[in-house]
Amino acid sequence: MTGREINILQLYPRDMNIYGDFGNVLVLKRRLEWYGYSVNLLTYDVGDSFPDNIDIVVGGGGQDSGQNKIQDDLLKIAPKLKKLADDNTPMLVICGLYQMFGKFFKTVDGNIIKGIGILNVETYGRTERLIGNIITISKEFGEIVGYENHSGQTYLDTDVEPLGLIRVGAGNNLESDSEGARYKNVIGSYLHGSLLPKNPKIADFLIEQAVTRKYGVFYSEPISDCYTREARETAMKRPR
Amino acid sequence: MPKTYVTILGKSVKAVAKLRGGGSALPGLVVERIDPNFIKNTLDQLPKGVVVISGTNGKTTTTKMVVELLEGQGLKVFTNRTGSNFTRGVAAALLGETSLSGKLKADIAVLELDEAHAVNFVKTIRPRYSLILNVMRDQLDRFGEIDTTQKMLLQIAMNTTNTVVLNREDKRIAKIQNHLKSQKVKFFGLDKLLVDQFPTDDTLRGGEVAKNNTGADVVLNRLAVNKAEFIIDGKAKRTNLKLNGIYNVFNAAAALTLVRSIVGESIDNDKLLNDLSNVSPAFGRGETLLVKGQPLELVLVKNPSGFRLGLKSFDPRNYATMIAINDNYADGRDMSWLWDVDFESLQEKGVSQVSGIRAYDMGLRLKYDDVKIDNIDPSITKALKKFIENNKDKPKRIYCTYTAMLDIRNKLSKIAKVEKIS
Repeated sequence: MTGREINILQLYPRDMNIYGDFGNVLVLKRRLEWYGYSVNLLTYDVGDSFPDNIDIVVGGGGQDSGQNKIQDDLLKIAPKLKKLADDNTPMLVICGLYQMFGKFFKTVDGNIIKGIGILNVETYGRTERLIGNIITISKEFGEIVGYENHSGQTYLDTDVEPLGLIRVGAGNNLESDSEGARYKNVIGSYLHGSLLPKNPKIADFLIEQAVTRKYGVFYSEPISDCYTREARETAMKRPR
Repeated sequence: MPKTYVTILGKSVKAVAKLRGGGSALPGLVVERIDPNFIKNTLDQLPKGVVVISGTNGKTTTTKMVVELLEGQGLKVFTNRTGSNFTRGVAAALLGETSLSGKLKADIAVLELDEAHAVNFVKTIRPRYSLILNVMRDQLDRFGEIDTTQKMLLQIAMNTTNTVVLNREDKRIAKIQNHLKSQKVKFFGLDKLLVDQFPTDDTLRGGEVAKNNTGADVVLNRLAVNKAEFIIDGKAKRTNLKLNGIYNVFNAAAALTLVRSIVGESIDNDKLLNDLSNVSPAFGRGETLLVKGQPLELVLVKNPSGFRLGLKSFDPRNYATMIAINDNYADGRDMSWLWDVDFESLQEKGVSQVSGIRAYDMGLRLKYDDVKIDNIDPSITKALKKFIENNKDKPKRIYCTYTAMLDIRNKLSKIAKVEKIS
């Protein structure tokens, strides 16, 4: 299997890395290695030149100040990201970058932060913060466990599939029972935790899409998921 | 209600609470309800005023250092030693120290306050001095964002009447200076070579290390095991230390700066350093116990920067390691922070035991860093027992979250004779 390489691009790790979102990158890297692939971790920060041959894109949450810093730069690279998404590149964007992958973010003060519109969703800043353990259910991935911490509330256009439906927690907004959003192989979500360590089915989905897209087929020996079941079970029993 | 009655009532509740076995804040709550001005009236009498110490990491040990150093300079100090670092805890601690007429037998109060409580506290009681240690990712599920926490710390500084002591190497703290007009500002800092030893949240994923050239009152210049060299008034001064961990020693620079500001020109710097060499770490902050003839170190970890510093400060060779992670309210419910800590330094020796409510989250984290684990058991009682049995002839170290630490101390005293070394 040597010589089979997967390139993972981390979007804005310098400014958008709050709440352990690096865990998602680490899980993808290690699992790919366990499946027999070699991994190049690439980073893209404000002002860098955008790399070619990207197989997976991962982005995290940030503070408001981090979002302000990347805003203009993100709009500049939007056509490239949009093309990758349209070409079925798997992407995982959490919290802040999930919001900015949508059409816009309207802050509490009424300012509009333009998003890049890969996901047909819009976000409104609210004064209340939605914080706590969260469990959702998805047809594709089963139960998804994580932790949410956001003040923006996100609304999906009618044609957009959510990632999951809420069992415990708040999710996209306080009015619907949806959490996250999907477009082709792009997954947007509010879930930290980090998301992928306790939800390896999502990690393997991203990996399988990336490998199949690049090499036509994904063969794998099953890898050990020890501790995962217990960690998920504990998380589901904890208070919000 | 006259002050005497409020004090007597509070003292009675305190005595009853003690009989019931706990609740250090309950008597404070009672007094606060009956006489909301109790704390203010009592603290306003102090000839040298009130000192507030806040920040994310190191408050407890730094407060302990400041208190012992001030005492060494001849001052009688009131402090909230019980570790309830919020207003009710202060009221409760005051009750123990006031005479029935409501007079506090002290020259100065040194209070450790957590950011959110400090903001409310300083609105009523303006501190004469404040020390802001650092701001890092901690309990974000309570406060939301680091920038929000920084604003709280700014409020403390702005409400200070005399001198604000700031960390030169923490860019969010250093820039508080720009908002201060009437206050004196003093910095504590690190030598340029040591700055890189301090991972911050900003340098975690490729941010620049901020190097600041502003002059500092005390600079931590060199550091060895149980030894440090500080630059004070431009002169290098060496001292031995009982404190371990680079972060504790850096906070010693903070304590020295604060005490020098309070005491002023009459300060005896040699006595100051000599007193510092005798300060031992606070409860659970790098303290060492003797269990069945072997040293056992407890290292409190509360947030990614603290855990990273802990792993960097303590060499895993020759030690058996245990990690206990709880997610009770006081620990923070969110486990994401474990993914912001790099555990590769434990790869060579592995981890003997993983425990706590979130033991399996920790297990997963170590698995993804290729760190070998001998045992996982969420029960702290069982895990501790195995840890001690499996490592009879070895020094031991336990990294633990706050409530896990309380549980471990409690269980240890039942399993083995515990003797405190430092």
